[in-house]
Amino acid sequence: MTFYLVSLLGGALIGLSSTMLLILNGRIAGISGIVGRLAQGINTGTNAAFVVGLLLGPVAYLAAFRHWPAVTITASLPLIILAGLLVGFGSRMGSGCTSGHGVIGLARLSPRSIVAVLTFLASGILAVALLHGAVS
Amino acid sequence: MKHTQLQVLAALAAGTLFGFGLALSGMLDPVRVQGFLDVFGAWDPSLAFVLGGAVAVAMGGVAWIRQMSRPLLADSFHLPMNSRIDAPLVIGSAIFGLGWGLGGFCPGPAIASLSLGLTPSLIFVAFMLAGMVAHDRFFVGRTS
Repeated sequence: MTFYLVSLLGGALIGLSSTMLLILNGRIAGISGIVGRLAQGINTGTNAAFVVGLLLGPVAYLAAFRHWPAVTITASLPLIILAGLLVGFGSRMGSGCTSGHGVIGLARLSPRSIVAVLTFLASGILAVALLHGAVS
Repeated sequence: MKHTQLQVLAALAAGTLFGFGLALSGMLDPVRVQGFLDVFGAWDPSLAFVLGGAVAVAMGGVAWIRQMSRPLLADSFHLPMNSRIDAPLVIGSAIFGLGWGLGGFCPGPAIASLSLGLTPSLIFVAFMLAGMVAHDRFFVGRTS
């Protein structure tokens, strides 16, 4: 039960962060967009500041709770490389990821974001099913 | 452009809140993400509450900006106006989802997790950036 409440609260903070960026800077908090533009040298100041903040988030968590948040990576090295390439390429091709399409896109009821979220949920479910089918 | 330094501060604050929210919610943990996507196995639905909480709050923000003529620190809103469901959107999202399921990381959590100093996170982010740059350099013309 607390598991769900903590997830809900964490989600609400992500929504609050997206709202801040929208109301103050007029920008969508889409991580693949922010990182992609940073790599292209577009709006470097604000995009770099957001990424630095993203890195500070877990440090703030450490300061608040006296331990790091759990990060358990089970994928093998070749799988991590493949997954990284697919996430980077796919999120740019699809104009967004879990944050841009998943948070602000759904909140705006954007038809493109609704299609994107349903598509990446389906292929993510497929990937995990394949992974577990291959292992067991 | 006005308020440039304030915009940078706003982005820093929003990024920190975003990273803290990711850490608190469990989204930073690839095993939790894969458990959420494992609907045919030992399904852990808790991360659906992350998305639910985020979208609910963001809907308030979206309703708010509809009353505003411009953002507080910038001259105009930068919102995508394209509403066409095209092949790059669907194919790109499908490719992204495959990688998300295989690694358990999407871009935000992968970058935030770099703070923990784990080598697999670093390798994931390096290849994610390579994938982004490869798309933006070589494929943009073909897909749009």
